[in-house]
Parts: sequence; C-alpha cells; structure tokens
Amino acid sequence: MSELAIEREIDRSKMSISDEVAIQITGMNKWYGQFHVLRDINLTVNRGERIVIAGPSGSGKSTMIRCLNALEEHQEGQIIVDGTELTSDLKNIDKIRSEVGMCFQHFNLFPHLTILENCTLAPIWVRKTPKKEAEELAMHFLEKVKIPDQAHKYPGMLSGGQQQRVAIARSLCMKPRIMLFDEPTSALDPEMIKEVLDTMIELAEEGMTMLCVTHEMGFARQVANRVIFMADGQIVEQNEPEEFFNNPKSERTQQFLSQILGH
Amino acid sequence: MTDQSTNSVAFVADGNIPQSPPPARETGAIKWVRANLFSSWMNGILTVAALLIIYKLLSDALPWIWNGVWTTSSLSECREVLQGKTGACFSVLSERWNQLLFGFKYPTDQYWRPTLAFVLLFVAAAPVLFFDLPRKLLAFTALYPFLAFWLIWGGTILAPIVALLGVAAAAYVFQTYGKASFAIGFFGAIAAAFAVWIIGGKLIPDGASDNALLQAVPSRDLGGFMLNMMLGVTCVSLSVPLGIALALGRQSNMPLIKWICVIFIEFVRGVPLITLLFVASVMLSYFFPPDSTVDLFLRVVIMITMFSAAYIAEVIRGGLAALPKGQYEAADSLGLDYAQAMRLIILPQALKISIPGIVNVAVGLFKDTTLVSVISMFDLVGMIRGPILASTEWSGVYWELLGAAAVLFFIVCYGISQYSQWLERRLATDHR
Repeated sequence: MSELAIEREIDRSKMSISDEVAIQITGMNKWYGQFHVLRDINLTVNRGERIVIAGPSGSGKSTMIRCLNALEEHQEGQIIVDGTELTSDLKNIDKIRSEVGMCFQHFNLFPHLTILENCTLAPIWVRKTPKKEAEELAMHFLEKVKIPDQAHKYPGMLSGGQQQRVAIARSLCMKPRIMLFDEPTSALDPEMIKEVLDTMIELAEEGMTMLCVTHEMGFARQVANRVIFMADGQIVEQNEPEEFFNNPKSERTQQFLSQILGH
Repeated sequence: MTDQSTNSVAFVADGNIPQSPPPARETGAIKWVRANLFSSWMNGILTVAALLIIYKLLSDALPWIWNGVWTTSSLSECREVLQGKTGACFSVLSERWNQLLFGFKYPTDQYWRPTLAFVLLFVAAAPVLFFDLPRKLLAFTALYPFLAFWLIWGGTILAPIVALLGVAAAAYVFQTYGKASFAIGFFGAIAAAFAVWIIGGKLIPDGASDNALLQAVPSRDLGGFMLNMMLGVTCVSLSVPLGIALALGRQSNMPLIKWICVIFIEFVRGVPLITLLFVASVMLSYFFPPDSTVDLFLRVVIMITMFSAAYIAEVIRGGLAALPKGQYEAADSLGLDYAQAMRLIILPQALKISIPGIVNVAVGLFKDTTLVSVISMFDLVGMIRGPILASTEWSGVYWELLGAAAVLFFIVCYGISQYSQWLERRLATDHR
C-alpha cells in the first residue's frame, strides 16, 4: 500500500465540515447507448468534505464526477451544485463550471500558452479580472504549489508532477468552491506522486470541498472523511476511512481491498 | 575493458572514463563525401551520372542565358544580333515588361497606383504575418482593402468609404448584440452592412467617378501579374476565415448548420475549379437580380474563394481532429464559453497543426489564378498566350516568356513556403 502521503502530520482540527450542502445528487442515471453506466446515484456532499471515490476501472467513478461539471450529460435525476441545478441551460453550466475546479489524469494544460498564461486565461476571460491582477493571483497560487520560477516556461518543458501542480494552480485561480480530481496521480512516476499529493493535502487542510477519484489509498486513509466505493455503475459502500479499510461490509469491497492492499 | 564480461555478477566501476575525440576518419569533408556520394558501387555510379546530367543541362542553359539579347524590338532583330549563336531573346521581357505586370489596357500613366498598392500590401500584411509587431498597426491592415480598392480601380472615393462604413456598421452591430445572442449579432451585422451599402450606393451621384481625383479603371482593363496577385491575396485572405467557419460548422452539434457545411464542402470539392470559373463568367449572373451588373472580378473572387475555402476547411478539420479531447474538456471545465474556447484554446493549436496544409492550398490557389485566362481575363499567362505571342514582333518566344512567368510565380510561392516554415518554428512551444 502506498504510504507516500502519510509521512505528514495533518491538523484535522482545521478541516471542519459545515452543515451547508455543496453538492446534492438525487437518483442520477446515465447510459452510453444501451449501456447503463451510472445506476441510481444518490450522494450529498457538505461544504468542506473531502471524499475519495475508489473502485475498479470501468465502475463509473470518473463518469460520475465528470457529470458534476457537465463534461458528461446525465439522462435522469437531479444534480445541484453549489445551489445551482445542472440542466441543459448553457448559462447554468458555465456558472457551475466557473465555481468548480477540475484536475485531469493527463493534466490537459494548454501547450501553446506559458504556465502563467495557462493560469491567467480563465480569470481574465471568464471572471473579467484585469490582466495585472490576474497575474498576481496566478503567481500567488504558483507559489503555493511551489513552482513560481517556472511561470514563463511552456508546459512541455515541465515534469509530469510539475504539470499537475500547475493544473491545480490553474483551477485555483478561478477561486473555486469545489475541486474535482480525476485520477490526478495515475499518469505520474512514483517519485512525482508525493509532490502532487502534498499539494492536495494542503488544499484539504484549508477546508476545500474535494471529490477525488484515486487509487492512492494512503491519501484516502489520511485525508478523506468519507470513502465511496463504486462498482458496476453504482455506489456499493460508503463509510469513514477507518471503518472502510478495517471493516468493509460488502463482499465486493472486501475483494477490491484485498486486491489493491494485498501486495 | 574490465572483467564485466566474465561470469562474476558483481561489478563496480573504478572511476569515470574520460572523453576522447572520435577517430580521424570519422570527421571532415572526406568522411562526408565517402558517406554520402560514394558509399557503395551503385551510389558512386549514380553520383557520376547525376554530375554528367547537371553538366549537360548547364552547358546548354548557361550560354543561352548568358548570350541573351535585351535591347531589340522584335524576334527577327534578335536573330540578326545572335547570328545563329545560341541565345535567349529577353528583349520581349524588357519591351513588354509593363504589359506582363499590368496588362495591356491599364492606363500607362497610372501604373504608380497598383505599384503603391503592392508596396502598401507589405505594410498591411506585416502585423498579421509577424505578430510580434505592435498591434496598433492592425488599424492600417483593416483600412488597406478599401485603400487598395480605391488605388487600383480609382473613381470616386465615396465608393470605398461607403464600403468601409458598411463594414463598420456590421462590426458595431455585432459588438452590441453579439454578446447576448451570437445569431442575432451575426445576422444583424450582415443586415446592417447591406443596409448601409444599398442606401450609400443610392446616395453616390451617377457622375461621381467622371472627374474623380483618380481616373476610374474598369475591371476588364486589369491584367498581367497584378491580376494574379490581386486574385491570390484577396482569395487567400477571404478563404482562410471562411474555411475556419466551415470546419467549425462541420463539427457543430446543430444538424442544420452541420449539413449545410458538409454539402457545401463536398459539392465544391467535387467540381473542377475551371467549371466554377465558367459558371462565374457565364452563369452566375442568373443568380443576381436582373438589372445588377456584378463585376466579373468579383464573381471570379467569389468562385475561387469558395473553392479554396472548402479545401482549407478540410485541412483545418484535420487539425481539429488531431487535438486531444482533453483540451476541449479543460477549456470547458474552466468555464470558457464556446467562442472563447475556440478562439483561445482550440483554434490556435488546430491552426498551428494545419499550417503546412493551409500553405499548400494557398500556394495552389495562387497558381490556379492563371486559370482565369480561359475565361478571357488577361492575367500573366493570358497576356503571354494572347496579346504578346499573337503579335507579329514576338510570335514564337515561348521559353523566355513562360520562363519569366515561372520565375515570378516561383518567387512568390517560395516566399510563402519560407514564411510558413519560419512560422512553424516560431510557434513550436511543445518541446516534444
């Protein structure tokens, strides 16, 4: 099991969860053609919660969090993000997307723009922030992810771990209230995973609402306050990390855990 | 060599191996000749054969060029001067140079006008081609089409001013209403432009062009290489934006827009350009109101633009398809709307990938402008085939004239190609 993130002492007292609801999913269903990818998903996420979503590949984890900012369309059910319901109305979708940050497995930085331009683009064009202010903001977050000296390089000149940290900074520049992570460390070399996880832990300590699809069980155990296990398009089990790892209830979960923690 | 190759598995390097120069036979000119010209028997034979062919070509061509006559006034005089020696009769170029450049009907004392327009073209194109230049220069680029129109065609200055006002009205309407709804802004802009043009056209008095500052020159009097340049520049600069629009339209989620674009592209690509040009010269007038006389030049521009726009659209579609889906998703997830995502993220990358293809179409388009000679427009090739070779003085001077045409086209096309390579290097930021 990966213990990379565990070397850090975490101050859980700062990570308070409010009663306010950040995301509410009710009865969500989604099909790809005839294939039923997401089956009756119900989930409530409170502000400040850090949720890790685990499960075998093809279980619909990524599809589920991609529904939350309408990168994928859901066909049935209701999703309310930050008080706005996700419908096919483009205005609502753009509003939700500007409040919800997302990090991808393959970073998806814009290769034709410098690191700084990657970070200032959305604040300037979506938030209409003046350029100078946007640059200051970008430098602030680049310092936070510890790569301010790379600001004028292009993404192709950075290592994978650095690129993922830039991607996190790029999302943070929009001052999102919710962050989605779609397997942020899966495409990284083992030695770079830690630097990305450290950044994410720091974010969690500041009280960011986070939904994270990951296979880093060490990270889940340490940071999450809820672990959700998905298989075959449905939520099979959810629990606090201690309970989830030490005392899994369903057979499917036990099998999964024994496979990934067994070696 | 240490004993790594023996059976013992354990090995520790006992120091760094210092750098040493490569062996002498692996450097210098001799190495290059041996490696590239005489690396094998077959290669050696081919090298010798190629050298012989080059020698044969040059030994015929160089004296022909070197003995060339530049100052006579007809082919028979050339022959007298040469007295049977090999030699070119370049006099046709020096005597008919202005005709080759401007056609045979453009008023001789007005040649400075297209020349000035040509020089200003570089000033106008510079900020578009070299985007490190100050952005303020683009104001001149925006004015240039109207200025060049006025310089080349002459006549009343009111005509280009009305045209400019129409475009300005369109831009204003789009700026004001385009934010709320793209469709209203777009069609409103088109309506505004036409309204200004029609009202403005009615306001220009009938005899305005008779005593204008610049003498009016009708389109049928344009000709020579100037006509090729005008068609080439106009059609390339119109067909790139139209091609982008068609490529994006073909990807659209809206079936109506998608199918209009698909049918347009497939239809135009399935028809030879020369057919479209005949349509332009003969049949297009059926599509316009009966009393309107739409200029032949304009009709040809429309046809060539449509033709190359369809090709450019397909080239750009290739560029769009080459972008990873993650780029679209990243742009979406940051909250950029469609227009912003396309303009800031997708198109800059897709166009960069498409540069070689777009330049390919542009160079082909520029050379295809010579096809207008078959619909009796006297472009460079039309001038050579028509008035010059048909004249009694110069009948039979094929090599010199067509060679000169080839050189003129080569200079422009090679320039475009070199620019595109510079652009590709300049835009290479991915460092893969």
